[in-house]
Amino acid sequence: MTMKVGTRQVDGVTIVDASGRITLGEGSVILRDTVRDLLSKGNKKIVLNLADVNYIDSSGIGELVSAFTTTKNQGGELKLLNLTKKVNDLLQITKLYTVFDVKDDEAAAVKSFK
Amino acid sequence: MAMTEQRVSYTLDSSLETIDSAEEKATRIATELGFAEDEIMQISMAVREGAVNAVLHGNAYAPDKKITLAFERTGDELVITIRDQGKGMDLSNIPNPLAPENLLKTSGRGIFLMRSFMDVVEIRPSSTGTELKLIKHVHGPTAGGKEASQ
Repeated sequence: MTMKVGTRQVDGVTIVDASGRITLGEGSVILRDTVRDLLSKGNKKIVLNLADVNYIDSSGIGELVSAFTTTKNQGGELKLLNLTKKVNDLLQITKLYTVFDVKDDEAAAVKSFK
Repeated sequence: MAMTEQRVSYTLDSSLETIDSAEEKATRIATELGFAEDEIMQISMAVREGAVNAVLHGNAYAPDKKITLAFERTGDELVITIRDQGKGMDLSNIPNPLAPENLLKTSGRGIFLMRSFMDVVEIRPSSTGTELKLIKHVHGPTAGGKEASQ
C-alpha cells in the first residue's frame, strides 16, 4: 500500500492525515511535496497524523526529519500525532523521539501551538 | 531464481521495484520459518535497507548491474546475503547516526537499523561489489526443525 495524505484545518493548525507506507520512492515524495506545499501557502503550524502509517523505512525517517527541519527553518512547527507502535519504536531506536514533539491527542496537539 | 531445499536465491535488477520485492520475499520466508511477528518486521526491514544500499549506493541504478539476494536456513539461523556489483562501500566513513550532530541528518540510518534488528551484520566491500550478510537466530519452536518451503 502506497502512502496517501489528506489535509484539514483545525483552529489555524493544519492536520496532515497520512496513511500507508513512508518509504523510499513515492511515499517519501508525497510527504515532501505535501509539507512544501503547505509551507509555500503560509501554513506553518503542521501536525502530521501518523495513526494509519504502518511502515517507515530509513528513507521515510529521513523525510520526517527533513519535514521537521524545513518547517522549523521557515519559522513554523511540525509535530507528530498518534504514532503506531512500529513507528514509535523506530523513533526510539534512532533517538528521534527526543527531537520531535510527539502527541497522542489531536486536541492537545492543536492547543500546543503558540 | 535458483533454489535448493534450504536455500533460495534471486537475481534482481537495480531498481526501486527490487527493494519492495526483496522486502516482500523476506517477509514471506521469515513467516514460513516461524519467526515471531516483530522478528518478521525486523528481518524484512533489514533486508529492505540492505536492498536500498545495493540498488542506490552499490549499483547506483545501473541497468547492466544486478543484485543477488539469497536466503539460507542453516541450523538455527536464517542467513541472508545481498550482493551488488558496485565499487564497494567505504566502511571507514560511516557516521554514527545517534551522535547529537547527526540526529537531524536526513540519511545514514540504514546500516544502523540493520545492526539494530539482526543478530549479525557483516559487510564485505570489494572492488567488484559489496556483499552484505544478515543473520537472525531462530528462537521460536521451529528452531532446528522446519526448513524453508521455498
